Amino acid sequence: MSGILSIMLIVPLAAALACLFVNANQARWIALGATLIDLALGGVLWANFEIGGPQWQFVEYTPVFGRFAWALGIDGFALLLILLSVFLMPICIGASWEAITERVPEYMAAFLITEVLMIGTFAAQDIFLFYMFFEAGLIPMFLIIGIWGGANRIYASYKFFLYTLLGSLLMLIAMMYMSITAGTTSIPELMAYDFPPQVQTWLWLAFFASFAVKMPMWPVHTWLPDAHVQAPTAGSVILAGVLLKLGGYGFLRFSLPMFPEASAQLIWLVFGLSCIAVVVTSLIALVQSDMKKLIAYSSVAHMAIVTIGLFTFNRQGIEGAMMVMLGHGLVSGALFLCVGVIYDRLHTREISRYGGLAVNMPKYAVLFLLFTMASVGLPGTSNFVGEFLALMGAYQVSTWATLIATTGIILGAAYMLYLYRRVVFGDLVKDDVKAMPDLSKREMALLAPLAAVTLWMGVYPESFLAPMRNDVATLLARLERAKPAGDSLLTPGNPVAPAAHAQTADHGAAH
Amino acid sequence: MSAIHFIVFLPLLAAAVAGFSNRAFGTMLPKVVTTGALFVAAALSWPIFIGFMNGSAEPHVAQVFTWMRSGDLDVSWGLRVDSLTAVMLVVVTSVSSLVHLYSWSYMEEDPDQPRFFAYLSLFTFAMLMLVTADNLLQMFFGWEGVGLASYLLIGFWFKKPSASAAAIKAFVVNRVGDLGFMLGIFGVFLVFGTISIPEILEAAPGYAGSTIGFLGYRLDTLTVLCLLLFVGAMGKSAQLGLHTWLPDAMEGPTPVSALIHAATMVTAGVFMVCRLSPLFEQAPVALGFVTFIGAATCLFAATVGTTQTDIKRVIAYSTCSQLGYMFFAAGVGMYGAAMFHLFTHAFFKALLFLGAGSVIHAMHHEQDMRYYGGLRKHIPVTFWTMMAGTLAITGVGIYWLHAGFAGFHSKDAILEAAYAAGGAGQGAFWVGVFAALLTSFYSWRLMFLTFWGKPRWTQSEHIQHALHDSHHDEAHGHAVAHADNPPAQEDAGHTPHAHARGAHETADGTGGYHPHESPLPMMIPLLILSLGAVFAGFVFNKFFIQPESGEIFWKGAVAFNEHLAHAMHEVPLWVKLSASIVMLLGLAGAWVAYVWKPGIPARFTATFDLLYKFLLNKWYFDELYNALFVKPAFWFGRFFWKKGDEGTIDRFGPNGSAALVKLGSVASAKLQSGYVYSYAFVMLIGLTAAVTWVIAR
Repeated sequence: MSGILSIMLIVPLAAALACLFVNANQARWIALGATLIDLALGGVLWANFEIGGPQWQFVEYTPVFGRFAWALGIDGFALLLILLSVFLMPICIGASWEAITERVPEYMAAFLITEVLMIGTFAAQDIFLFYMFFEAGLIPMFLIIGIWGGANRIYASYKFFLYTLLGSLLMLIAMMYMSITAGTTSIPELMAYDFPPQVQTWLWLAFFASFAVKMPMWPVHTWLPDAHVQAPTAGSVILAGVLLKLGGYGFLRFSLPMFPEASAQLIWLVFGLSCIAVVVTSLIALVQSDMKKLIAYSSVAHMAIVTIGLFTFNRQGIEGAMMVMLGHGLVSGALFLCVGVIYDRLHTREISRYGGLAVNMPKYAVLFLLFTMASVGLPGTSNFVGEFLALMGAYQVSTWATLIATTGIILGAAYMLYLYRRVVFGDLVKDDVKAMPDLSKREMALLAPLAAVTLWMGVYPESFLAPMRNDVATLLARLERAKPAGDSLLTPGNPVAPAAHAQTADHGAAH
Repeated sequence: MSAIHFIVFLPLLAAAVAGFSNRAFGTMLPKVVTTGALFVAAALSWPIFIGFMNGSAEPHVAQVFTWMRSGDLDVSWGLRVDSLTAVMLVVVTSVSSLVHLYSWSYMEEDPDQPRFFAYLSLFTFAMLMLVTADNLLQMFFGWEGVGLASYLLIGFWFKKPSASAAAIKAFVVNRVGDLGFMLGIFGVFLVFGTISIPEILEAAPGYAGSTIGFLGYRLDTLTVLCLLLFVGAMGKSAQLGLHTWLPDAMEGPTPVSALIHAATMVTAGVFMVCRLSPLFEQAPVALGFVTFIGAATCLFAATVGTTQTDIKRVIAYSTCSQLGYMFFAAGVGMYGAAMFHLFTHAFFKALLFLGAGSVIHAMHHEQDMRYYGGLRKHIPVTFWTMMAGTLAITGVGIYWLHAGFAGFHSKDAILEAAYAAGGAGQGAFWVGVFAALLTSFYSWRLMFLTFWGKPRWTQSEHIQHALHDSHHDEAHGHAVAHADNPPAQEDAGHTPHAHARGAHETADGTGGYHPHESPLPMMIPLLILSLGAVFAGFVFNKFFIQPESGEIFWKGAVAFNEHLAHAMHEVPLWVKLSASIVMLLGLAGAWVAYVWKPGIPARFTATFDLLYKFLLNKWYFDELYNALFVKPAFWFGRFFWKKGDEGTIDRFGPNGSAALVKLGSVASAKLQSGYVYSYAFVMLIGLTAAVTWVIAR
């Protein structure tokens, strides 16, 4: 099975090149075909991933020059995120099928390149290879927003670029220092290398600068609402679905295993920013009148649960954070598609322009409800599993942070149901809204798989928890020495109990 | 596959069939499938219940499959069957099947019937998952699932702004409770290392007296856990503070109110406390709080119930108040009595709601009791069944014969237990007796306003509509609001105001309108539930609360306090009679005020205007919450957005740095002027500076 990762990179790359030489319609089919092949390869990857086997699987290693090597390989975390990417890609192509009419070949090529770079980021085992994929991911997204975006796309794309680039430079410097000090560029080796604690703090902060922007964490989140609002539907889907996961993946792959002491020292920073994000961005989401902006802000709040979960240093927290990443990838992607569906019909994101869609678009109403409820974290959907586990992990570290972060379930319900009410409920009075047809077959085909997987993850998350179980154990073993003591620890009681005990004992005897 | 699998999953299957059935199938398929599934489930549930009553059944758990595993956390989908579950199974499936049947007629004119029946069955599934839960997380799944169904059904008539607002309110307020529930589960896992209910209950006594850190304080472990979990119960069961959603939930169709907001979902909190009773038994402080909240809600809701004019809202507050009884019964340690009242209440409260639905149906969607009156002779079956419900809720019975309507057995048991428990229970007893007085008053007030006196129908908008355009095509329940505000003061029983539209004004106040008795599918559930309201207390009290037989029935499913069960029988005679006495007082008061001397309410409200307004406006909870939470949330949202994100972060962040770069480039561009003399000048300054520095060093 060796080499499959390279094939997964080559297929979309070749397709992207091919796209540039054909007309619009052919480009669509080529893009769809290539992404479906990658999806199938992703399935092969999943089927052949040996749960409980070696940490790194499907390893490829070809030295290029000096220390730099074409080194690929995945563990459970990377596997799941690659699966998420290849699952969302064909859906994005399908979502752009009719919505994009200008420069279609270039558009499809940009998306295919994005896919290459995302898979590459998750599969890279060389720190500089990772850096290249990680940063290059900016470029196609910058173009997608800047060329096929909305009215204010130039501002949005520059803001996106400025924010993300700044952090990355610091990260590059840190990476150079690390590879020189440790004498290796291999990520697995660096994950086992112990940097002195004082150095760790600086390195941790340099990586944090990059990942916090990508996450995005409060207060470096303001690029996200603008980027989402201006991006075309499929751009938003991939932005929310996969690009936002790069930050979380970075924390998981670099910050935690490479700098355990620094991570433990700076928990307060992560928790503090995350708690602020949950409350502040949820409240901001409540007052939005633009649908995409509302969902963009809700993403910031959800990703804050991820950062909290990651820095709990325990199994529930980390597994929960991963589940939130996967669940949010599906659900926020689906929500952006839902917005896209009605945007394509009425060409406005203004919430107040809609209302009463349950009457003329019942199928849409049902699916939108499902994704709304998943976003709210209703048990039985993907997001619940993640949020529940992440917060359960957080409770073992800080009850305060958990209390504040858990208010997200109240605020989340408030802004999502308020949105749903204004769009779907109410009476159908506006003429142009009345004329909107229900979901087409193509749109059903995009949303139905997302709905199915959302429920699958909610009812039987074991399929997704199993591949990462060993990797979490490895990570926890690495973190063990820095693990913080929680504020909620139990102290055994003084033996005041006998009175109560005796009573129950009596009762027990009577049974 | 055992019976319990069918009981739980048939409704889910039926909901799916009804939900995905194409319009082409018409409304018959969804109706038959869902109702049929529920009757099968009910038929399978009763043998389980009977098995526990005659002592032949043993508690067991039917596993389904793994849900999630994360380290020590190992959660499975499983269906637990013990006597506590059996009680709930019977209540849920029986009331649900009857409500399904009732809806055949009640929702007949509605074009969205498949959706309605799908939601009802979905609700039933979620409720059954809740009551069969073997771990806290599955209970939470059912808990949120019924919340979803409740949201969907309250907002069923989504075109009405008030309905969709009420739906959101119900969901969000419940989420506040769920915050507590979730933190409770986290705490339980932290302490016990498991969230399996039997394991927790077994281990609980070992943690008595231990402490746990919470928000920087060190507190008694089990008290913290029980209080957190109880916050969840308060939300779901609409207890004081988190009760505001329940009255608004009456926006949903009346069968929904009967099933969800009276008989089943709102009792989930009581069920939870009973399910975890061995845990609560170890946390006396938490039990004291349960008693306090229960008694306070019981009193609060009863006071408000006396002033409401909407027939459904009266019953809604009555439900809230009865839930308070159940909680303080649990709080004083008599879980059997709490479950007993839950059981009887399910029958008579569903009956009252469905009866009210029948009245509303007869009165062309009018819900305001001020426009009723004299309906006794027009809809006799509804009248007599509602009478049975009223006799049951007010607790009519004869002590010396040990015979009475359902509420007589269960409510008296609660009051006696509270008295016998002493301490906080004594206070709860007095509150409970006073609330029983109010219960009797508002229940009879409802009956007298609706069925006695002269018809006052002409003032009703709905009746006017019915008379004006007899063929108006308003979909069922898409009721038009009153165009003119209903009179602010209670004036029921007065001679009707002379109204502008006197077209149909006739001397007898009927306006020529003829209410009709509801069709058979509505009558059958009413009659069956009447049997429950009459006999449920008498037949089943042996199993729920009697010392010896109760112990055998419960088999440890709840912490059955045999000592307290004995003590209940030893209370003084006046305690045992107190409920009956206040019932008679309330009846007499209502009769005087609404039948004998109808002028009294108006005079009373005029004299005690402030008190009346306070009660009429439900103690101003909605206004308070609006000012405290809703408005500030929006204000802060705007503040953080405009002043925070845009005014600070963007201004000094990306826009600021962009501006800075621009500023810098403009400045440096000025230096690159191209004139030799300016370059020479700069050179000169540089040279001077360098020389100065060398000399000064």
